[in-house]
Amino acid sequence: MRFAGDSGDGMQLAGGRFTDATAVLGNDLATLPDFPAEIRAPAGTIPGVSAFQIHFASRDILTPGDAPNVLVAMNPAALKANLASLPRGATIIVNEDAFTRRNLEKAGYPVSPLEDDSLAEFTVHRVPMTTLTTRASEALEGVGTRDAGRAKNLFALGLLSWLYDRPTEVTERWIEGKFASKPAAKAANLAAFQAGWSFGETTEMLDVQYKILPAVDVDPGTYRQINGTSATALGLLAGSVRARLPLLLASYPITPASELLHELAKHEGLGVRTVQAEDEIAAAGVALGAAFGGHLGITSTSGPGMDLKAETIGLALMLELPMVIVDVQRAGPSTGLPTKTEQSDLLMALYGRHGDAPLPIVAARTPGDCFRSAFEAVQIAIERRTPVILLTDGFLANSSEPWRIPSLEELPEIDPGFAVAPASEEETFLPYARDERGVRPWAPPGTPGLEHRIGGIEKQDGTGNISYDPANHATMTRLRAEKVSKIAADLPALEVDDPDGDADVLVLGWGSTYGSIRAGVRRVRDRGLKVAQAHVRYINPLPANIGEVLRAYPKVLVPEMNTGQLVKVLRAEFLVDCKPYNKITGQPLYAAELEEAIVELIEAPLEVPA
Amino acid sequence: MSATLHVNGNGNGHEHRLTKADFQSDQETRWCPGCGDYAILNAVQTLMPDLGVPTEKTVFVTGIGCAGRFAYYMDTYGMHSIHGRAATIATGLATTREDLSIWVVSGDGDALSIGGNHLIHALRRNVPVKILLFNNQIYGLTKGQASPTSERGKITKSTPFGSHDRPFNPIALALGAEATFVARTLDRDRKHMTEVLRQAAEHRGASLVEIYQNCPVFNDGAFFNLTEKDTKVAAQIRLEHGQPISFGPEGHEHGVARAEDGGLEIVPLAGNEQRLLVHDQHREDPSLAFALARLADRPTEPTPIGVFRQVERPIHGAAASENPGRHVGDTAALDHLLHAGDTWTIAGP
Repeated sequence: MRFAGDSGDGMQLAGGRFTDATAVLGNDLATLPDFPAEIRAPAGTIPGVSAFQIHFASRDILTPGDAPNVLVAMNPAALKANLASLPRGATIIVNEDAFTRRNLEKAGYPVSPLEDDSLAEFTVHRVPMTTLTTRASEALEGVGTRDAGRAKNLFALGLLSWLYDRPTEVTERWIEGKFASKPAAKAANLAAFQAGWSFGETTEMLDVQYKILPAVDVDPGTYRQINGTSATALGLLAGSVRARLPLLLASYPITPASELLHELAKHEGLGVRTVQAEDEIAAAGVALGAAFGGHLGITSTSGPGMDLKAETIGLALMLELPMVIVDVQRAGPSTGLPTKTEQSDLLMALYGRHGDAPLPIVAARTPGDCFRSAFEAVQIAIERRTPVILLTDGFLANSSEPWRIPSLEELPEIDPGFAVAPASEEETFLPYARDERGVRPWAPPGTPGLEHRIGGIEKQDGTGNISYDPANHATMTRLRAEKVSKIAADLPALEVDDPDGDADVLVLGWGSTYGSIRAGVRRVRDRGLKVAQAHVRYINPLPANIGEVLRAYPKVLVPEMNTGQLVKVLRAEFLVDCKPYNKITGQPLYAAELEEAIVELIEAPLEVPA
Repeated sequence: MSATLHVNGNGNGHEHRLTKADFQSDQETRWCPGCGDYAILNAVQTLMPDLGVPTEKTVFVTGIGCAGRFAYYMDTYGMHSIHGRAATIATGLATTREDLSIWVVSGDGDALSIGGNHLIHALRRNVPVKILLFNNQIYGLTKGQASPTSERGKITKSTPFGSHDRPFNPIALALGAEATFVARTLDRDRKHMTEVLRQAAEHRGASLVEIYQNCPVFNDGAFFNLTEKDTKVAAQIRLEHGQPISFGPEGHEHGVARAEDGGLEIVPLAGNEQRLLVHDQHREDPSLAFALARLADRPTEPTPIGVFRQVERPIHGAAASENPGRHVGDTAALDHLLHAGDTWTIAGP
């Protein structure tokens, strides 16, 4: 189902509360907030429409859903903007009061769609939500028309909560807490929510009520609802706690990465420092300075910020210091679509620095998986003394799902392994000596006897002194690359989901397309066709067995929300003729479109090289 | 301060009184012969043992340019970073490591052009770092282009018809950013430089020291009016806290006084003794220091040197470090956080 309304209508709030109640009920779920880049686009217009979609069921949920079965449209613009995505037969609940001539004009409707037959293939319910909300709080003391007018999203929430039999206590408790210091707003919101619920229960307008039982096919454990931003923050924090290193996050406000700064700024109590830097470059520099000082230095941003941080990331790589760079990808290039999702920074993460500058890249696949991915990014950075890029995206950051809370014993301890002072004065400290993994010592300032200088100029192998020797530069370039490639030996192999082991097509993805691909693959299998699925978490180094996996299938499909970036790498590295499937609309992949693409590839004649 | 207290411990029981040699690295210095950087390096290495900070607690972070090599010559911890960004790295280090004495060494191109944004924000935040700005009014390492402090009309390889742009006044810029310690000194005045650096080191907060530094290859003699024997007495306006501001050779003494229009003016000393401005470097309002910074448009005119401003203000990160709730590695607190909000449990089969 999807809540849609004006940016000022509180649709994200209604969606979020519905999600919480759904999570507590034990349904599996996935959400997709979709809002404009403008804080308040002109009210009532199509650019101002803000929507929140939630997909929930009693079985495991893979995506927020391609097309909603129920649309709540708070005004004509919201109806118009969302109509195209509704399947035939879908239910539409409109706030009838908002279908005024003026609002219809703003949305570009010459005639009200409620009055002609343009909605004939849908089930439309007209509810005067504004009137009913206002009436519900008329008798309440101290509640003005303003409070009442702003609560119509809670009326819609109440109505939908009844329709899907969501528990009311969760939402009521939230209202009590949220408006504890504003009695009038509290009363108005509670009244609106209850009025919405009662409207559903007492009118015969909605003739069905759905009951969706708690999901059963999920692993035992304690769960909570989580979005990718919170999961990333907790994963980074968990890395800090398990490494016993204080965390410093330096960031510059940018959509959609700012939320991570807000989230971590709350946790000073766990040794977290956050610095809102003067720009993206400074944010990277501050994080690197913290790393030099022996702390866990992290910087977070979205695409345009990555452009600016590139030089500092190159320095971190040259200095061989740990640092985590979180890139919450968004649709580019340039400012692009700040609030829309895309996977188009993969090649930049891999190659977007001058010189031969390889570094590890980890990509999260679901909102909850951001926790594990962030933790692993921290682990790799600290243990291997290297900047690591963590790729998430706007969809993962804002979307939420139930998440099994890991017990802390599941998380390995991370040993920073700081260098210790040499035993005798005769021994010289070599800041660029390497162990068998190619890893150099980390010697933060403060330890007597380890005073040393590092810098961006090429270093002599071992001593770290400036060296312009040609052969040494070749050696150092090779050693830096080897250090990163050696990580693959300690990474888990790429797992392939292929029930019978003889699928015709392998679908290989990375990042946030995981749920869509799984759902698409499930649909193909439901049609009796054979398809295998694998999902890459480590973009660099790639899993050691990936070449073998690619060559094991006659056809490989690589779906991405870009113009074909991973597919280029796979073709170049492994000489396998992988087929791209690309979507660049700023929206997540849909299971239905993937199903079609997979089936098409299965049915395509096998290309035999001449 | 007694130098005998300042010892280096290497953990093996051998401790010794720090000397200049302890701060000299084994790297060969590679500046041009006659470069002003040698004098600055020498002064810093000589001053260090007196500051009471052991070598392992001292860090030099540098940017790009001739000045950037400074870090390699100090036997302390050091990082030679990238162009313009030393202040950001030092900010990250200072935020996390309050136990360190952190120095940033930068040039006029590094600090005022590519790194200008970071410089003003480090000063605004009052990050506890000591910023040495070697100003030679030219790009040296890239072989002689105009810098943001080059004078208008300056002919260089990048400005063959003369620079069109007005130069920055670094002292005025720092005061405009509300810096809490702002000073200017000269590479060729060892005693003055040492005294100013000592005050910068002792300041709690961000210190900015502009050092007029001679580049013998690309801009030789830019500051000779201020540094050479036959002109300096008439050109140096020495700022000394609590003293009337006066300068000039015997018989031609001048002083700085308030003009009738509210600005500052240079007046003959004779007959104006009562009008002279008494320098107060601790003055909270920076506008008088700003006016002093603007007394000379170029170092070819009588130019103030010394400490323009030294005031106390909360330092960056101080509030966070006073938070008693910091407990790194607290798994119980993490566990609590992981379980925040509504949770539900699904039992095993």
